[in-house]
Amino acid sequence: MSDSGSYYIPHGSKWPIIASIAVCTAMVGGSTLLNGNPSGKYILFVGLALIVYMMVGWFSTVISESEEGLYDAQVDTSFRMGMIWFIFSEVMFFAAFFGALYYVRAYSLPWLGGEGTGLATNTFLWPNYEAVWPNNANGPGEIGGDFKVMGAWGLPAINTAILLTSGVTLTWAHHALKEMKRFQLIIGLGLTVLLGAIFMYFQALEYGHAFNDLNLNMGSGIYGSTFFMLTGFHGFHVTIGTIMLLVILARCIYGHFNPKNHFAFEAVAWYWHFVDVVWLGLFVFVYWL
Amino acid sequence: MSTVVKDTHHEEHPSGIMRWITTTNHKDIGTLYLWFAMIMFFIGGLMALVIRSELFQPGLQFVDPQFFNSMTTMHALVMIFGVVMPAFTGLANWMIPIMIGGPDMALPRMNNYSFWIMPFAFSMLLSTLFMDGGAPAGGWTLYPPLSLQTGDAFPFLIFAIHFMGLSSIMGAINIVATILNMRAPGMTLMKMPLFVWTWLITAFLLIAVMPVLAGGVTMLLTDKFFGTSFFNAAGGGDPVMFQHIFWFFGHPEVYILILPSFGVVSAIIPTFARKPLFGYSSMVYATASIAFLSFIVWAHHMFTVGMPLAGEVFFMLATMLIAVPTGVKVFNWVTTMWRGAMTFETPMLFAIGFIIMFTIGGFSGLMLAITPADFQYHDTYFVVAHFHYVLVPGSIFAIMAACYFWLPKWTGNMYPETLGKIHFWLSTFFVNLTFFPMHFVGLAGMPRRIPDYSLQFADYNMIASIGAFGFGFAQLIFLYLIIKTIKGGKKATDEVWEGAEGLEWTLSSPPPYHSFNTPPVIK
Repeated sequence: MSDSGSYYIPHGSKWPIIASIAVCTAMVGGSTLLNGNPSGKYILFVGLALIVYMMVGWFSTVISESEEGLYDAQVDTSFRMGMIWFIFSEVMFFAAFFGALYYVRAYSLPWLGGEGTGLATNTFLWPNYEAVWPNNANGPGEIGGDFKVMGAWGLPAINTAILLTSGVTLTWAHHALKEMKRFQLIIGLGLTVLLGAIFMYFQALEYGHAFNDLNLNMGSGIYGSTFFMLTGFHGFHVTIGTIMLLVILARCIYGHFNPKNHFAFEAVAWYWHFVDVVWLGLFVFVYWL
Repeated sequence: MSTVVKDTHHEEHPSGIMRWITTTNHKDIGTLYLWFAMIMFFIGGLMALVIRSELFQPGLQFVDPQFFNSMTTMHALVMIFGVVMPAFTGLANWMIPIMIGGPDMALPRMNNYSFWIMPFAFSMLLSTLFMDGGAPAGGWTLYPPLSLQTGDAFPFLIFAIHFMGLSSIMGAINIVATILNMRAPGMTLMKMPLFVWTWLITAFLLIAVMPVLAGGVTMLLTDKFFGTSFFNAAGGGDPVMFQHIFWFFGHPEVYILILPSFGVVSAIIPTFARKPLFGYSSMVYATASIAFLSFIVWAHHMFTVGMPLAGEVFFMLATMLIAVPTGVKVFNWVTTMWRGAMTFETPMLFAIGFIIMFTIGGFSGLMLAITPADFQYHDTYFVVAHFHYVLVPGSIFAIMAACYFWLPKWTGNMYPETLGKIHFWLSTFFVNLTFFPMHFVGLAGMPRRIPDYSLQFADYNMIASIGAFGFGFAQLIFLYLIIKTIKGGKKATDEVWEGAEGLEWTLSSPPPYHSFNTPPVIK
């Protein structure tokens, strides 16, 4: 707890207001674009550029404050709590989509097929519909037309192995950091970034396969919706995680961090493991079962 | 205690508008939140008056039905996300670091970001009033497929909700980190004031459910623009699924709106009864129980949607369980007052008003929890009466009680007591005049969210409309009183109230810019 007066409280900062303006600009641009006005993309681009500028600026401020030694153990604890609760909020974000998947598989699809209380629905609205997950999961309206299901034991299985391995290399790097073996640390982190990049490349291949060979896309009924929403948001998180790892790698090369003081490394490692765990959920419930 | 201002960069903050834009100080940010909530309170109030003007008489008088529906939708969004939540976050910012003896919030820069999102998010939301197709009009619950028929406003609405959610999550993370990490030595968890406890639990609820809402509205967005079928039965989805997702967020959300009120009332009642709170730890456990139960009762908002019988029964019984910890709270406050040396200054009046009228809202909630009875009440004015009783003389009264209670501390000046009492009595009279008749018209079958009604409801609706205008104008007293108190008035002592306990009363009035540079000693 508080030891007197040493807790670092930054003075006024311009970054939050820039962040508000940036995100708002991007959102207004995105909305305009979605409403069918092509000039929205310029506003969106300006907003995204401002977001990048803000992220770089805000994080460099924090990094240089950290390197100046302004953060004591109590500030470090605040950061840790911040990161842990942020990851918890991310867990709940994914829970919404997993919840949708379970609800559809356990309730709405069987009901459409006439199970339980859905008998009347099936008889009067969709008499010819038989609910079979996943083959018939574009609904009684056959939204998006015939599609084939993504198998689990090709690229997705390889991707599982890749992400699990990346967790190992990251832990190896962490141990190296704690023992101040900087060469091992950089190799371990570099491998993790590389594995993350390979994962994303394979994911892109898989999407191409889905679009071109399986006629599977976001419009393929509820199967396509849940598939692309879950894997898409996960892929987005892997991208963010890889960028975070790259920043940490650069900082390690610059000689930042020591065995006692490397919160940023740990935060990114937690985030990476979180993304890893989400993937396991995806592999089991989206691809496999 | 004013000697603690030895900090060298104490007055280094920029002056003028840049001070407020760049500030990282918890008191400045708290003030910003409270003023933002005040402005939004009058905007949301004006929308309510449009609704009540239209409903003054049967038939269509002033606005067309589409705009009427926009008003009900926007009134709810503004009052929930723009008034009650920011007002409580403002109170949290102001009071929590002081109450736990900490130097500031744990993550001050993020704190600034949490606030400054709000004006931008609400500019986006309010700008939809001027768009093609009008402002969102499908109700604040955004049920598809109706909400998917929104015009140009739709993506702005969704992104504004994402943006507010971002603000709430960051604000909540900050509060959790502050409470768990910034307490003065000796300030154990079970010594914390109840306002801090209730906010800790509220913050947990916020972090748990705001992302779920974000996920739900994201699915709405992709359903509208990217061809997904989450809420489309033809594609294997289910519009009812949105209701489940929404209310999984929505029910904890209503406790987010009320739990901090419990904390405020638990601070005020002991002060003016001059007795310690009857049962401190039972209050903590009751709050935690309510928070837990809030996750397993959501479908009581959807009894008429056609759920399996087991679901109806489970959600009915779980909902009724909430009455137990809530009863623990109400009896706690009443027994605290029992044989106390009570005085009735304005904060105490608002707190007692809260207990009585919140309990009325709680009882009507219990009626709504009974599934077969709810089949009759669902989507009638009875529901409107219920949630306005818990939100207006509930949450809003608690916020006002808190403002009167701490205003002398914040400004260093006493507010004019008589004017405060006039504000209380006018508010109480008119709030009941507005919302009590809604019980009757609701039970008689008047549906909500409709701009016209059958003739037999005319008298009560006219009374409710008169009450609404009276309540609205009474709030101008509140605004005037606050500005007057900020500008001057009788100097407040450090303790302010005779029976007040807690660290905030050990500081000067107004407190120094940085509250506790040296941690206070906790007995």
